[in-house]
Amino acid sequence: MTTRTFACILAAALACSGPGRLSAQLLINGAGATFPYPIYSKWFDEYSRVDPSVRFNYQSIGSGGGQKQILEGTVDFGASDGPMSDQNLAKANGKILHIPTVAGADVITYNLPGDPALQLDGPVIADIFLGKITKWNDRRIAAANTGLQLPDSDIVVVHRSDGSGTTFIFVDYLSAVSPEWEKSVGRGTAVKWPVGLGAKGNEGVTGQVKQMPGAIGYVELAYAVQNKLPYAAVRNAAGRYIPPSIDSVTAALATAKIPEDFRFSMVNPPGETAYPIAGATWLLVYQQQRNPEKGAKLVEFLKWAMKEGEKMAPPLNYSPLPAPLVQRVEAEIAGIKY
Amino acid sequence: MNDLHHKWRKAKSAAISGLCFVCGVIVILPLALILFHLVRQGWSSLDLSFFTHLPKPAGESGGGMANAIVGSLVLLGLAVLIGVPVGVLGGVYLSEFGSIRLNWCVRFAADILNGTPSIVWGIVVWALVVVPMKGFSAYAGGLALGFMMIPLVVRATEEMLALVPNTYREGALALGIPKWKSVLHIILKIAGKGIITGVLLACARVMGETAPLLFTAFGNRFWNHNLSEPIAALPLQIFSYAIGPYDDWHRQAWAGALVLIVVALAINAGVRIITRGNVPSTTK
Amino acid sequence: MNASASSQAHAPGKIALSPPSRAGDAAFKFLTWCMAMMIFVLVAVVGWELFAGAAPALKAFGWRFLVRSDWNPVSSDFGALPFIFGTFVSSLLGLAIALPLSLATAVYLTELAPGWVRQPAISLVEMLAAVPSVILGLWGIFVMVPWLRDHLFKSLQKHLGFLPLFQGHIYGVCVLSAAIIIAIMIVPIITSISREVFRAVPETQREAAFALGATRWEVTRLAVLSSSRRGIFGAAMLGLGRALGETMAVTMVIGNRPEISASLFAPGYTLASAIANEFSEATGDIYLSALFELGLALLLVTIIINILAHVLIGAVGREKHG
Repeated sequence: MTTRTFACILAAALACSGPGRLSAQLLINGAGATFPYPIYSKWFDEYSRVDPSVRFNYQSIGSGGGQKQILEGTVDFGASDGPMSDQNLAKANGKILHIPTVAGADVITYNLPGDPALQLDGPVIADIFLGKITKWNDRRIAAANTGLQLPDSDIVVVHRSDGSGTTFIFVDYLSAVSPEWEKSVGRGTAVKWPVGLGAKGNEGVTGQVKQMPGAIGYVELAYAVQNKLPYAAVRNAAGRYIPPSIDSVTAALATAKIPEDFRFSMVNPPGETAYPIAGATWLLVYQQQRNPEKGAKLVEFLKWAMKEGEKMAPPLNYSPLPAPLVQRVEAEIAGIKY
Repeated sequence: MNDLHHKWRKAKSAAISGLCFVCGVIVILPLALILFHLVRQGWSSLDLSFFTHLPKPAGESGGGMANAIVGSLVLLGLAVLIGVPVGVLGGVYLSEFGSIRLNWCVRFAADILNGTPSIVWGIVVWALVVVPMKGFSAYAGGLALGFMMIPLVVRATEEMLALVPNTYREGALALGIPKWKSVLHIILKIAGKGIITGVLLACARVMGETAPLLFTAFGNRFWNHNLSEPIAALPLQIFSYAIGPYDDWHRQAWAGALVLIVVALAINAGVRIITRGNVPSTTK
Repeated sequence: MNASASSQAHAPGKIALSPPSRAGDAAFKFLTWCMAMMIFVLVAVVGWELFAGAAPALKAFGWRFLVRSDWNPVSSDFGALPFIFGTFVSSLLGLAIALPLSLATAVYLTELAPGWVRQPAISLVEMLAAVPSVILGLWGIFVMVPWLRDHLFKSLQKHLGFLPLFQGHIYGVCVLSAAIIIAIMIVPIITSISREVFRAVPETQREAAFALGATRWEVTRLAVLSSSRRGIFGAAMLGLGRALGETMAVTMVIGNRPEISASLFAPGYTLASAIANEFSEATGDIYLSALFELGLALLLVTIIINILAHVLIGAVGREKHG
């Protein structure tokens, strides 16, 4: 009796989700970065109203995961916070295009009594994360924050334990402003951190910094805003202390040098009002689409994203691409064949 | 002198009984604290729409995890289809037919598999199933979870069958009952409650696993219409909400975890009730 | 019961009784044999996948991988030693914390608890097994770690600070926190299996002990615990398995710092956490391969700890029946 009952229940469950209902909808799968997950989920939800015949299913398994899956062909498009290396691109079964979508900022957040608004220099940040500056009331921090009373306590560095585009942007910046960092640690989605605790994900870093007095860490702007964390204004290449915001990131994007294949870095750009620790995120698509039906829908979506999707970025703390860049991207999208 | 010694023995017994009680409380304490935390954080998100709606995108509050709940049940069903027959029958072989050396080897191998991090199972099934199929699917997810269940169920089944006294086997032999009949109808029934405990433990374990599903079932923001397509699952949805920046998402993650625990409990209770009448046991 | 068997036994004059068909038995034995062999098949598959993935790193580092301490994705220098250390310490310590607690709880649930408490308590313990690892991790980092940091760890350092185990800066996230959260995760398994094992001890054993004038504890010790050693060992091994492979919850509370330290308050890193943390994002062949090699190292560590456990407990593995 028991086995029969169980078998009946199981059969019913499987029947409910089996291929019984033939759906006229097309399912397009994408995987990759966690950083743009909020904006992508918004886009795909909106787009399913624009075109009900297609569903986009995006899962954030990480930039590396996105790159791997698009190389293997298990997803229809990938997403990555860091551009793919030449080595990886060579492994692909066809040319992979990098389509930049939005940009965001890495903010420096900390846990100090009174949540002061700190001003920090690039080299100072590098030395904190190198372990050379260990106390909050260090001369060099105090020099940029003359109005503040900084405590005589240890700085507890918190970094990411998992590889991520957020880290990539941050260490890219540190390498740009600190020759010592570039030599001893370098760039990458994961690095060997000289000091500090590792926390998993932006959420982990946020949690650690919130829980530990004297902690300092780097997270995406959306996390800092949503969790009401204090963040520092960072000195940019033009010498001004700029707090992270949608405008300061767009300003950074406007002055960054962007090559033909759209694989660029935008840290420490020259702009006056630019926030120096920012980066873009890309969608990875094959120039020659395998499946004509899916390819057509994908191209339609990309076009919509560039026109309508970009408008949805600011409310979610992402910076849209400036108009000249959008035009270049649209030309690239037009070159996708299916 | 004897009287004093007797008093000492009684005191020791009472003290240890008290200690056991305290240990029991310490064990339950984290669960109580977690449940309390989950309820406090997630209760506000648990409404009818949570159980009937699909997830909403970022910035919009509300939405639910209906597809994830159903997806988890489907994946569990697939995992059980794979894990339970293989596990129970494997345990039967070890207990009824095996030799000492073989059993030791299998037990050892099962222990090693139990120690494999769940993400490795995901990677293995990814390479075996997802890449050749060129796509993520519910089948792959169910397979990964089923593989995880097998060593657990084999070990548990073997342990439980070992507890059945030999007298039953001898009696069946004496009556001329074929071995397979005696195992299926008598021995398994006696060890049944214990085996079911093992299976339920394995189910509870795989229901809460995220890592093996990341590269196999993949997750799906929509309803799954075809088992060879990606499918949503509660732990996946909880995970992606928990690591997101929004408070609303966090609350839904806690609510999802609450639902997960309650579903696990329901399965637990349900199976126990269904099998209560049919499963005699040697003791209480 | 098979009626025909008994009727055959009574039938007079029939000398050559046809024996019951062996085909059923043979088929059953073969079927169950296949299922048991699946375990070896799975081990082979897992081993093969890990080996294939780790091949480039094996070629690059050789066995020295196991004793180097560097972990640098940028310069592609990888060594597994800190992870191996962290895995050993957190798992074994977690088991050491969980085992006595679980056994005591199992004893309470089977021998001592009043009837109305028993089933709800059992269900509660089993519910703990279903808590997703990530939720436990989040609870760990938001609730458990701050409390431990401000209360338990502080007093440990105050009273036992002369031991190198309890020295050093207290961050909260550390190897000890990881061990505690592992203990929380494996307690349900050990408790449930132990409970079943105790339950299977025949009532007659307990009654005999009572009849001899034993106290409650002595009954438990003599009748139940001493005959359950094998089952307890099995339960502990199942718990240990979970401990070694646990990823999400551990990675949130261990501090993720690949360093070896004598202090339990220092952050650490386990093999499973490293794989879980970095696998999704690893781009670069040697990096990915090094992670696979960590997986192989974990397999090795699991084998070693299992062998150690078997050797230590020695004769426990004896079969109860032929």
